[in-house]
Amino acid sequence: MLALSPMEQSALMLSLNASAQAVLWSLPLAIGLGWLLGSRRFPGHALLNAVVHLPLVLPPVVLGYLLLVLLGRNGAIGGPLYDLFGIRIAFSGEAVVIACAVVGFPLLVRAIRQSAEAIDPRYARAARSLGASELRIFVTVTLPLMAPGILTGITLAFARAVGEFGATITLAGNIPGRTQTLPLALFTVTQSPGTEAEAMRLCLLSLALAGAALLASESIARRMTPVRAAT
Amino acid sequence: MIEIHLRHKQGDFRLDVDLALPAQGIIGLIGRSGSGKSTLFSCLAGHIRPTRGCISLFGRALYHSEQKIHIAPAQRGIGVVFQDGVLFPHMNVHRNLSYGAQNVGTDFWHEVIAALDLAHLLEARPARLSGGERQRAAIARALMAEPDLLLLDEPVSALDPGLKARTLDLIARVQERTRVPMIFISHAPEEVRRLCDQVVTLQGGCIRSVTAAGAPARPYPAPAEAGRLRCAR
Repeated sequence: MLALSPMEQSALMLSLNASAQAVLWSLPLAIGLGWLLGSRRFPGHALLNAVVHLPLVLPPVVLGYLLLVLLGRNGAIGGPLYDLFGIRIAFSGEAVVIACAVVGFPLLVRAIRQSAEAIDPRYARAARSLGASELRIFVTVTLPLMAPGILTGITLAFARAVGEFGATITLAGNIPGRTQTLPLALFTVTQSPGTEAEAMRLCLLSLALAGAALLASESIARRMTPVRAAT
Repeated sequence: MIEIHLRHKQGDFRLDVDLALPAQGIIGLIGRSGSGKSTLFSCLAGHIRPTRGCISLFGRALYHSEQKIHIAPAQRGIGVVFQDGVLFPHMNVHRNLSYGAQNVGTDFWHEVIAALDLAHLLEARPARLSGGERQRAAIARALMAEPDLLLLDEPVSALDPGLKARTLDLIARVQERTRVPMIFISHAPEEVRRLCDQVVTLQGGCIRSVTAAGAPARPYPAPAEAGRLRCAR
């Protein structure tokens, strides 16, 4: 793989794997919440919206610490998980996925919510008048019309997860080959003198990944807009 | 028979309608902007729940505030055609037409496609259709669900005059062939006069007059009918 060292390759693969898993696991909930926030008004709407978007404005280290408090061996969730099933989340590969999922989640929900808001409610009314159930309308009309938002959200959340640092190092640590993602590898390299070339290589790799994700997001949005605009 | 006895309040606007008409042919519902046409359309289609009253179609209660009846839009048997068609943009015309055509017979399917001249457009996406083609497809889609009543909400108002005239003629022909009763909502008297067998005029949320084709307008309710315009129990 080009001229990457084993440590760099491992960090790259770990970043890609954890980011992909983070997006995949959080997608169903994000679709549900994005649709709910974008197409329904209910008491507590603003509060739910604020809670979902909180990770976007909180310092990632704060997020990581809160997650550690919850998921650590003595945490409200981590404690029972360890005591009952022997599952240890903090400082594991799963912790990386969780940290990536939490920081990317608001971007995922936000893009889906915006696409849900843009759907003309008359599509659902037309479908109802044709005898369709609410589930059929969601699957056959709403979901396909939300697809541009879902794909944009996936690419943005993935890009955010690949670049995640603060929450990951706090919750998962910086264990080479296990929890050391690309940004953590770059951080580690910059702590030693004479590693400028290595640091620049990791830096360029991160730039390339982020750029590719943003380009993909733009391209998806451009391609799918005409479908949404047509009536 | 279609019976509508509604009181609905929405902000400052009040809809106050008592109407009983034979549900046959094309009934025109006309009124200026703000007269209550859209609110009445939404009440009939089940998109909004009126404050009180009742709606029944061919003796079947669709809404009755006292009896707590509110049939869901999907079970009303009322098809809707919106002003700009509102075809599902991610489906081609064939899939749009099939959406509500769960039990439709082959003969009826072909009859509707022929009547609305859609055979050559079945594979096209809505974005590729002209305004008139889109409306024809929307009417066909609604008919394929075999509704008891079809509501057309200003279906030709966005079309140019030539296309408007042709689409109105087409709607009349389709009604003759399919025999599905229609309510044609419009703000343009000339469209309604050209197309409809009976014309109901709304003004300020109330019915101003009901006119049979070729007959002079009469105030509504007519004195003889006023006594029996109540919700059936």
